Amino acid sequence: MKPLMTPDARLALAQAGFSRRRFLKGAGALIVAFRVGDAFELAESAFAQGFNGTGNPQLDAWLAVAADGWVTACTGKGELGTGLFTAQTQLVAEELSVPLARVRLVQCDTQLTPDQGTTSGQQSHPTNFRNANLAQACATAREALVALAAARLRVPLDRLTVKDGVVGAADDATQHVTYAELVGGKNFNLTISGTAKRKHPSQWTVLGSSVRRLDLPELVTGKAEFVHNVRVPGMLHGRVVRPPSPGATLTGVDDASVKGMPGIVKVVVKNDFVGVVAESSWQAIQAAQRLKVTWTTAPPLPDMKTFHDRMRTQAGSRDTLLVDSGDVEATLKSAPTVVKSTYVHPYQMHGSVGSSCAVADVKEGKATLWSPTQAVYPMKRTVAAILGLPAESVRVIYTRGSGCYGINGADTVTYDAALMSQAVGRPVRVQLSRRDEMAWENFGPPFVIDQRAGVDARGNIIAWDYEGWSAGMGGRPGYDTPGNVVTGLLVGFTPQVASPRSPAPAPTEPLNNSSNTAPSYIVGRAGGETHGAGTVKSERVLSHSLPSPFFTGPLRAPERFQNTFAHESFMDEIAAHVKADPVEYRLRHLSNKRLAEAVRRAASAAKWEPRPSPRAALTRTGVASGRGISCVVYEGDNGYVAAIAEVDVNQDTGTIHVKRIVIAQDCGPISNPDGIRNQIEGGALHAMSRALFEEVTWDNEKVTSVDWRTYRTFPVGFDIPSVEAVLINQPDEEATGAGETSITAVPAAIASAVFDATGARLRQMPFTPERVKAALALR
Amino acid sequence: MSAITLSVNGTTHRLDVDPTTPLLYVLSEDLQLRGPKFGCGLSQCGACTAIVNGDAVRTCVTPVSRVNGATISTLDGLGTAENPHPIQKAFIDEQAAQCGFCLSGVILTAKAFLDKTPKPSDAQLHEAMSGVLCRCFTHQRMIRAIKRYAEKTV
Repeated sequence: MKPLMTPDARLALAQAGFSRRRFLKGAGALIVAFRVGDAFELAESAFAQGFNGTGNPQLDAWLAVAADGWVTACTGKGELGTGLFTAQTQLVAEELSVPLARVRLVQCDTQLTPDQGTTSGQQSHPTNFRNANLAQACATAREALVALAAARLRVPLDRLTVKDGVVGAADDATQHVTYAELVGGKNFNLTISGTAKRKHPSQWTVLGSSVRRLDLPELVTGKAEFVHNVRVPGMLHGRVVRPPSPGATLTGVDDASVKGMPGIVKVVVKNDFVGVVAESSWQAIQAAQRLKVTWTTAPPLPDMKTFHDRMRTQAGSRDTLLVDSGDVEATLKSAPTVVKSTYVHPYQMHGSVGSSCAVADVKEGKATLWSPTQAVYPMKRTVAAILGLPAESVRVIYTRGSGCYGINGADTVTYDAALMSQAVGRPVRVQLSRRDEMAWENFGPPFVIDQRAGVDARGNIIAWDYEGWSAGMGGRPGYDTPGNVVTGLLVGFTPQVASPRSPAPAPTEPLNNSSNTAPSYIVGRAGGETHGAGTVKSERVLSHSLPSPFFTGPLRAPERFQNTFAHESFMDEIAAHVKADPVEYRLRHLSNKRLAEAVRRAASAAKWEPRPSPRAALTRTGVASGRGISCVVYEGDNGYVAAIAEVDVNQDTGTIHVKRIVIAQDCGPISNPDGIRNQIEGGALHAMSRALFEEVTWDNEKVTSVDWRTYRTFPVGFDIPSVEAVLINQPDEEATGAGETSITAVPAAIASAVFDATGARLRQMPFTPERVKAALALR
Repeated sequence: MSAITLSVNGTTHRLDVDPTTPLLYVLSEDLQLRGPKFGCGLSQCGACTAIVNGDAVRTCVTPVSRVNGATISTLDGLGTAENPHPIQKAFIDEQAAQCGFCLSGVILTAKAFLDKTPKPSDAQLHEAMSGVLCRCFTHQRMIRAIKRYAEKTV
C-alpha cells in the first residue's frame, strides 16, 4: 500500500529515518521489537518487516538506533496537548543517553507504530514510563549497545558509562566508541528484554527536568499541522446534515434542492447519514443549509427538570456492587449518628474549542485517514467496518486536533470523512459545525448519588454507604462498536448500552476503583483482598447504570469527577457534623500514606488553619470568605492529589469568586516538572469551569446547549484564581498519570469552601448563582 | 464571483472568490494558512482571529468582500519558529499553551490590543481577553505571557 501523504507526513518520515530501503540496503541499525500475538494487525506493515529484517510479520518495532547515531522511536501514545510528545522524547533520550535533539519520535500511525490502544485516562505514563513498552525498549537497546562496546573495547561492563551516544571507560578517556560506530553497517534485531535495567530517577539528567515543549515554537507561530490543515491533492470538503433530534430517522432527501449550486459534487446518503460534498468548505456549508431533508418525528426527550429524579426509578438498570461488607444497614442502625446527602451532576461536554475535523482518502478499496482520534488502532477496525473494507486496507494517521479531553467529535467526524470520501472516490475533509459538535458529542454522563455515613460516639466514621445512578449510551467505539458515536448509529450500527441486571450480584473480584466509584475512606474489602485507601470497614458501594437519551463517553476524569465531588463533599459534611477540622478528619480516616501526604502538603502550602467548618461568626449577607479541601487516589492507584480552594461568596448575588487553588500532587517520579504544572493548572481551571458553569441543556426534542452562549465556560480574560502546584516527587515509586488528577479534586474543594464561608452546602453542579442562592436560603 | 485583493502577511493576493465567503476560508483554503482556525463560526471563541487593518477580527463571520483591499496578518505571518515575534517568544518563555488550537485568538487579540493600549491596567487586559476561549485552560500562563510581552516590548 502506497499511502498518500501530506508534505508534513512525508517530511516526518524522512526525518524519522523510516526508509525501508535504507535499512535493507545495509546502512545498519539496532532495532528493538516486541513479539505480539496478533499477526493480523501487523501483517500489512511493510515497515515492520523492514525493521526486523527477517520478514517476520509477528515483530513490531519500538525503536531503531541507526548507523548515524540517530534514534527513531515509535509510540502508540500521542500528543493531545498535554506535553506527552516532549516527555516521551525525554524518556528515549534519557534511557539511551543520547542528546534530545538526536531523537525522532513517531506517534500513532497504524502503519508505523505499535498498537497501544487509546491515548486516554492518564494511562500514557503508566504504560510507557514504567518497566515495559517504550521505556523498556530503550533500556534494552542501551544495554545491548553497552555490551557491544564492552566486547569492542575489551572493557568490563561495570567500567563503562554512556553519555551523548558515546560509550566510554569510566577510568580511561582514550577508550570510547560511539553508537554509530557500534551499529556500523550491521543489523541487530533484538526483542524487548524484560530484564534490561532502566536508569534510576536519581541518575536522570533529561527526564525529570523542565524541558520546554518541543512543539511550542511551531504552535505559537501558526506553523504546526493540525488535522484541520491537512491538504491532499484533489481534496474536497464535506458537511454533514444531522437529524433534528435524537431518534429521528430519515424519510427523504431532495437532491434537486441543491442542484446547480456552485461547487456541488454529491449528496451522500447512507441509511440515516446525510452529507454534502463540494469543492470548498463554504460551498458545502451553504449546500448543507439549503438541502431539503425530511425526518420522522422522534419521541419526546425526557423532561430535563425531572430527569435526575427519574433516573432513580427508571426500569432497566444494570446494578453493580463494588464492595459490600454485608453489615452496612446494621452498622448504620446501631450508629449514634447517621449523616446522609444526595449529590446531583449534569451531563457535561468536552466542548473542544475547535470543531472536530478529519480527512479521508478512500479509493480503490483502500483508505487513509488523517484523524485526531485518541485511538488509531481501534479506529482502523471500526472505519473498516463502516466502509465494508478489510482492516488491513485501512491506515489511520493520528494528526493533532483541538484538545479533546476525551471522546469529543474526533471519532465520529473521522467516520463522516471516510463515508463521504468513499462515496465520491476522492479525498474529503470534513469539519463539524459548532452545533453538530456540541449537540451530538459523547457527553460526560449525569449522576445522582445518595450517601449515608454512620458515625460513632467519638466522631469517627464506622459505615459508608454509596448508591449512585448514572445514564449512558455508546462511548468509545473500541475495536468493534462504531455505533458508539453518532455517525456509526446513523449508518446502521448499534450503540452499546448496559444490559439490565438487578439485583447486583455480590462482588467476588478485588475492588477495582478505576472509576473512583468507591470513596477514599473505606477499606475496600472485596474478593478476599483489601484495596481501599481508608479505614471504614462497614462499606457498600452500589451503582445503577441506565440507558441515556444522549450519547455519553469518557470526559476528562470520567466518572471519577462526578463521584469524587460527591465523596469529598460528603466527607466535608460529616466532618462539619462532628465539628472536626476537614484536614485532620480526612487524615484520621485515610490509610493510604501517599494520599495522606498529599493532603498534608497541600494544607501546609495553603497555610491551612485547623478548625471546623463553617467558620465562626457567619453573616447572612455581603461577601463571605472560606476555604475547602478535597483529595483523591485517582483510579485507586494512578495518582494522589489534594486540592484546597479559597473563595469569596457574594451572598446577595449568589456568585462565587474562586481566589486561590493549591494542588499537591504525587504522580511517582516526575518526568517534566513544568509539564506537570501546566496539566495541574489547566485541570484545576477546567474543574472550576465545570463546577461553576457547564451544563448540557435540552428541550423536548433536542439539545439546546449548542454554542458558547448556551453552554457556558469562562474566557481567557476571566478573573481566575492563582493556581499553585506542589509537586511531590517519588523517585522510588512507579510513574502514574497526571492529566486528570487536579480536575477530579477541585469541585468539592470549591463547594466545601462555599460551605466554610456561608454554612450553605452545594450539592448540585454547576454552582450557578440561582443554586447558590437557593442553598443560602436553606440555612 | 468577484475580484478581491488582500495583502496577507506582506504578500498581495488577487483572488476571484464568492464575495460572501467568510475571510477564514479564503485564508485557510485559498491561501493555505494554518494560523486562523475554525472554532465556532459564530464569533464566540476567537480561534479564527486575524489582524485586519490593525484590528483583531473574527474571520469566521467576516465576508471577504468587506475586507477587500485590507492589510491582514495571521499568526503564521507574525514570526517563525526560528525567529518568533516577541509576543510569540513570550508564549514560548512562559510555556503558555497546551493543545495550541486557540492561539490565533489569544495571541493576536492580545497583540492588536497592546498595539493600541501599550500600558493596560489588569482590568483593561482582562476585558480585552474576555471574548477568547482556551478550553485547555492555560489562562494563567497566557496572561503571564501577555504581560511579559507588554512589559518588555511595548
